[in-house]
Parts: sequence; structure tokens; C-alpha cells
Amino acid sequence: MLDGRGSVKRRLGARLWLSGAWLGLMAVLALLAPWISPHDPLAQDLFAGRLPPFWVTGADPAYFLGTDSLGRDVLTRILYGARIAFSVALVAGLATALVGSLLGLLAGYMRGWVDVAISRLVEIWMAFPPVLFAILLIAVMGTGLTSIIIAIVVIDWTRFCRVVRAEAMNQSAMDYVSSAIVAGRPRRDILCREILPNVLPTIVALLTLEMGIAVIVEAILSFVNLSISTDAPTWGGMIAEGRTSIHQAWWVLAFPLGVLFLTVLSFSQFGEGLKDRFDPVLR
Amino acid sequence: MTAFLTVTNLSAALHGYEQRVLRSVSFSIDTGEVLGLVGESGAGKSMIGKAILGILPSAIEIIEGEILLDGQDLEKMKPADRRRLIGATAALIPQDPLTALNPSRRIEPQITNRLVDILGWTKADARVRALELLNEVHIDNPERVMASYPHELSGGMRQRVLIASAFAANPKLVIADEPTTALDVTVQKQILRLIRELQARHATAMVFVTHDLGVVSKICQRLSVLYGGKIVENSSVAEFFDGPKHAYSRALLAATPKYTDPEASLLPVDEAVIEAAAAEVLAADREWRHGG
Repeated sequence: MLDGRGSVKRRLGARLWLSGAWLGLMAVLALLAPWISPHDPLAQDLFAGRLPPFWVTGADPAYFLGTDSLGRDVLTRILYGARIAFSVALVAGLATALVGSLLGLLAGYMRGWVDVAISRLVEIWMAFPPVLFAILLIAVMGTGLTSIIIAIVVIDWTRFCRVVRAEAMNQSAMDYVSSAIVAGRPRRDILCREILPNVLPTIVALLTLEMGIAVIVEAILSFVNLSISTDAPTWGGMIAEGRTSIHQAWWVLAFPLGVLFLTVLSFSQFGEGLKDRFDPVLR
Repeated sequence: MTAFLTVTNLSAALHGYEQRVLRSVSFSIDTGEVLGLVGESGAGKSMIGKAILGILPSAIEIIEGEILLDGQDLEKMKPADRRRLIGATAALIPQDPLTALNPSRRIEPQITNRLVDILGWTKADARVRALELLNEVHIDNPERVMASYPHELSGGMRQRVLIASAFAANPKLVIADEPTTALDVTVQKQILRLIRELQARHATAMVFVTHDLGVVSKICQRLSVLYGGKIVENSSVAEFFDGPKHAYSRALLAATPKYTDPEASLLPVDEAVIEAAAAEVLAADREWRHGG
């Protein structure tokens, strides 16, 4: 800063710290799952079924968060589930952001028939109920990680497209864009250097939000058994299994649900925090 | 000597409407001359500048008329050629310094971009030129300003940067779109002096859009008074301040606040004058429709 206040450092904020810490922890655990998990996520032990978590009497310390009705370790399955959740979040989130933002930028900056075509497409797209659309897509493409990711991209690109289009239109009306046009700079240059940098904070905020949504969509699809193979350790699948034995073994449902909740919440809070931090006007 | 910029019978309308927003506007500017465009809000002052530079909002289109810049008819040129000619010869000093610089880029590239990318300068040359320009607009610490982001500078500083940037490529025509309106009075005076200084040194032709007749008297040689998108009076500044010919111009001049007598001068323009001016605009529209 050039004024009398000297160099002002902005506090990072508890929101950014807490959500970032949780996401970082989960990401590390997901990466290291094969080495730090106490058990095999698929190994069943029918004699050790429905063991409670460690602080409840009758628990086996070897199964820290208890076991499900087939005797599989809940903690291990949560860790492996994080691998799937985070890969879906990352790949589907980035791909959605890329497709949606690109179309949104083009529509908002070029206007004219490009805008009309893209906007009509978005409106038609958004008339489909998203979850049913996803189920339909999976039914056509077959289950599997790739199908889930494609389904998320196909459904959710409109979210980016609409917001980015509006932002790009705002930016195009700014005086610095007029000046750039007067200076004779090419359109692509104006788009990349004048408009994109100012739309980027919005894209980043949306991206983290989208990652949270991707985790939820993956959980929903696993819940209705349309994710990957049925015994694969996914958070949604665990919640579906836990539901059947909620009265005998609440922990089978509660732990993956809690982790899912915190992760999705962290994604959205992290995005908001980042947006505040990188907003050039607030900075 | 032929004028550097000649605008003849320029009319513009909202896309798909017959109602004109610019009504057969004609004026010309010689090299080194400053023309003031004055009028109340919504009279179409800024729109004329935008029409010349080719940055009209997409909803407004030029329906007839001729813009001759340095002997070339802009309206008959291919869009790409037109952009190149404008880029090489003209520049804009925008109205609001707070939104005219890109908040996410440092000052240096915002001044040098045009020099490097369009005019093919080397980065080092462009940097030297930018520093020189910032000196010219009396910025004390040009190196530091070049490395700053716009939000780190005050409004007056930003307007200085914008003026420097406008004069960067030695333009032959500068359109100043109310360059002092968004600034406070003391800064206004400095900026005005600065614009006049640079304009005189570079012998730039300039269109100075403003609603402030005081400013016009300080910087312009000639002025055009606009009402409802129509020029009601073209005259030299000396003649104008001796006594405007048109009733609306007289009313506009009378409405300028005077420090000595604020009570008497802060009056609205006489209703009858406005009605007469509006009737004149409508008559011109009728005539135009019959002619075209």
C-alpha cells in the first residue's frame, strides 16, 4: 500500500483456516489411506459384526470407529471413501468449471448469436431435474467413476455458465475494456487480460462450491447404488448400509454422514473465504 | 487547411427504433484545437465521443453520417482497419478514474500494453516511455506507481495515470469524456491544467465533453452546445461568453452558479426555453424524415 497506513496485512480469517485445515487433513488421509488404514476396506469378519466405536463398552480397540454388519472396519472404509470422494470432487469440479466458464465467458463477451445460442441451451438444460438426469445418464453409460464424473459435468456446467456469463457482461461494460478496444487490442487479448482476471475469483469460489456438490452427488448416486461396485467403500454407500441398521449400530451411519457433512461445508466455506481474500476490490 | 476530424450529419438511433438519439450532428476540429461539447445530462455528449471511437453500446447504431478522421471515412472502413486506425491515432480519457483501470492488473502493463502489442515497441522502450509519461503528469515516484495496483492509488493519481496512458502513443486525437467530473474541486483544477499542458505540448486535437461551462472557458477554443442529441449552437469560446446566439445556450450560461450571487444564479432553466428547444428538435426530426 502506498498510503499512510503502511503495509496492511489482512487476517486470513477463521473460516478459511478451519475449512482449509479440514480439507487438507482429509486430502492427506485420502492419499495415505492404503498405508495408514488399520484394515482392508473390503475384508469381512462376520464374527466381528456391528462392533461399537472405541469409547462404548464391548468395543474392540482394533476397530477404532466400530464395524458394520458385515464386520468391515468403519474407519478404514471412511478413509478409502475419501479417496473416491476427493477424486470425484477434483476431477468433476475442474472439468465442470472449465466447460461452464468457457461457454459463459464466450456468451458474456461475444454477445450476439453466440450468447443467444448458449443461453437458450442453458435454459433448456436447467429444466431437467438434476438427480433424475444423473440417474438416467448413469443408466445409459453404466456405473463407474468415469460415468459419475461425466454425469456431474454434463449436469452442472450450467451453474458456471450462468454466473460467469453475467460477470463477463459486467466486466465488458467497464471503462478499461472500452479503453482496450480504443487502443486496438485484439478481442482474445482483451478477454484473457482484462476480463478473465476479474472473473477468476468468482470461478474459484464456484469451483470449491462445485467440489462440495460433486461429493454430494457422488454420495447420492452411491446411496441409490448407481456409483461404483456395490461393496466399494463410498460414503454414500456406507450411509445407505447404515440406514438399515440405524437402531442396532448408529455409528455405521453417523460417522460417514458426519464426515460427508463437514467436507461439503468446508468446501463451500473455503470458497467463500478465498473469494473474500482474492477479490481485487476488497483486497 | 482541412480539419483533422470532421463529423457530418451524424445520426444514431436505438437498434430497431426510428427515434434518433443523435440528430444530424456536424462539427470539425483542427489539429491542436480543443472543442468543448456541452449540454445537460442525456444530451448525447458522451455518445458522440463513443461513436467516433467505435465503442457505442451494442444497442445503439449509427444510421447515417460521415466521420472523417485524418481524411479517412471511418464508417466506410472495414472494422479491423478502423480499429487499427483508431488505435494508432486516437485515445480516450474516461470519465470515472475509479472504474477505468483494471483492478487486477498493475499500472505498468496498463500503460505499456498498447505500445508493446499494437505499436510493436520493445518492453524496455515502453517502460522508459511510461516512466517519462508519469513524470510528465507530475507523479513523484513513477517506479512505485508503475508497480502498484489501481486500488493503491487515489482518484487524482489514477486520473493522472489515465491521462499519461492516453498520451502514451502520441495520439493525434484525444476524446476526454468528462475527465474531471468524478474528482473533487481542487484536484479538478490540477488535472485540467495537466490536460491542457499535454494537449498543447503534443498539439493534439481534442474533444472535451463536459457540462461545466467554467471548464470550457479554460481549455477550449470552440464549443458546441447540445440539446436532445442535436447541436443547437456552434461557436468560438470568445463569442459564446460574449453572448450566446441561441436561447437555450443563453439559459445554460445563465444557469452556471456564481460565487458572488448564488441565490440568483442557482435557478432552473426557464420552462419556455426548454419547450422551444424541444420543439426545435422535433421540427428538425420532421424535416429529417421528409428529407430521408
